Amino acid sequence: MNWKAYQKPGSVTEAIALLEQAAGRGRVIAGGTDLVLQLRQRARAADLLVDVTGIDDLRGISEKDGWISIGAVATHAEVAGSLLIRREARALAEGCGHVGAPQIRNMATLMGNVISAQPAADGAVPLAALEAEIRVVSITGKRWIPIEEAYLGVGRSAIDASCEVATEIRFRKPGDGAQTRFFRLSKRKALTLPVLNGAVSILPDPSSKRISRARIALGPVAAKPFRARRTEACLESGEVSPELIEAAARIAAEEANPRTSLFRGSAPYRKDMVRLFLTRTIREILAAV
Amino acid sequence: MEEKLKIKLKVNGAWREVETLPDRILLDLLREELGLTGTKKGCEAGECGACTVIMNGRAVLSCLIPALKADGAEIMTIEGLAEEGRLHPLQKAFLEKGAVQCGYCTPGMLLAAKALLDENPEPSVEDVKRAISGNLCRCTGYTKIIHAVRSAAETLRGSDPEGARTDP
Repeated sequence: MNWKAYQKPGSVTEAIALLEQAAGRGRVIAGGTDLVLQLRQRARAADLLVDVTGIDDLRGISEKDGWISIGAVATHAEVAGSLLIRREARALAEGCGHVGAPQIRNMATLMGNVISAQPAADGAVPLAALEAEIRVVSITGKRWIPIEEAYLGVGRSAIDASCEVATEIRFRKPGDGAQTRFFRLSKRKALTLPVLNGAVSILPDPSSKRISRARIALGPVAAKPFRARRTEACLESGEVSPELIEAAARIAAEEANPRTSLFRGSAPYRKDMVRLFLTRTIREILAAV
Repeated sequence: MEEKLKIKLKVNGAWREVETLPDRILLDLLREELGLTGTKKGCEAGECGACTVIMNGRAVLSCLIPALKADGAEIMTIEGLAEEGRLHPLQKAFLEKGAVQCGYCTPGMLLAAKALLDENPEPSVEDVKRAISGNLCRCTGYTKIIHAVRSAAETLRGSDPEGARTDP
């Protein structure tokens, strides 16, 4: 026997009350593509599953006052297909379009991709480049967590699904003239984790031939989606030139810290791929702006 | 004795009431409680697509869905694809184009293709490849499956110029 009860609350308040009653033996479930497997493989245990996908407040993707908001139960298919996301944050639509396979993307939520806390997550890596925040509600109140603080380690989220409900992802629109792109290196196109992935957001300053804001996130090269801050600083440091892009990509290869793995390849290879893919992606963005 | 719970789902157009243990998986419910063994059990880990069904209009993996999550849902299994004993154009095309070999992936493959054609009546080769990218086939090499899906799309467009079908 695995879980003993399954509830579908109609509101966040009701969901939290159910988790409270379960006193640590309950757990939030949305798409369930990771959680159901973990429960069946006994990697996790829960007596009560609280299915939040029926809560209307958690649906939808919208824009307000310069912010984009994605409800906690929005699936990867919805995010990848959203015209708003494709227009304002293409890297996120591209990343979500790479998760698993169509069936998985129809079930799994972007919020789940964050809470599963895998450093290779194709949905969460673009969110790191977009400096997203996660809204979390519990019996003690509401808070916003910057995405980088949502990770405690590989597979360990700072959001405690046994007593907290994550309700919303939000990020500021990258801005007029900004472009974002996602890249991915993998052995197959579907149903495989990436050898390397990354998201780049660049806001050029048309008056000065400089980049006024660069944001770069890479995975899986650390225990969580990794912000390449030295690389970003390099890109913002001078006039755009092929030399500047190459210098920045070399810094990214330095600051990324991938492990040598039988599945993903050697650390030196993956560092070199960081350099190569970043160079290509930055060039592609600059050609498009 | 574990307590069983009653759920209702619309399977292949008909509402069914079933009793289930709380931790039952939809795949097992379909196969063992409803006798719909056309839905295949492959990897049971969300990686092969053999258990694909269409739930509320979208292709999903029944091996990763708690049965209780499907309470109230509308589900199409492979048994619901043919109508009144007449094979669906996708099924016909799979047979005619040699897209079936051992057959184990076929139900999932057909439903992934059905979900595609419901949304996109005129898919490119790339569209078909993407739509079936979550369905593993170890026999055919996929080429004939892709051919069959596009051929069925053509048939469906011919028989219905709107490209839409009025399936349940």
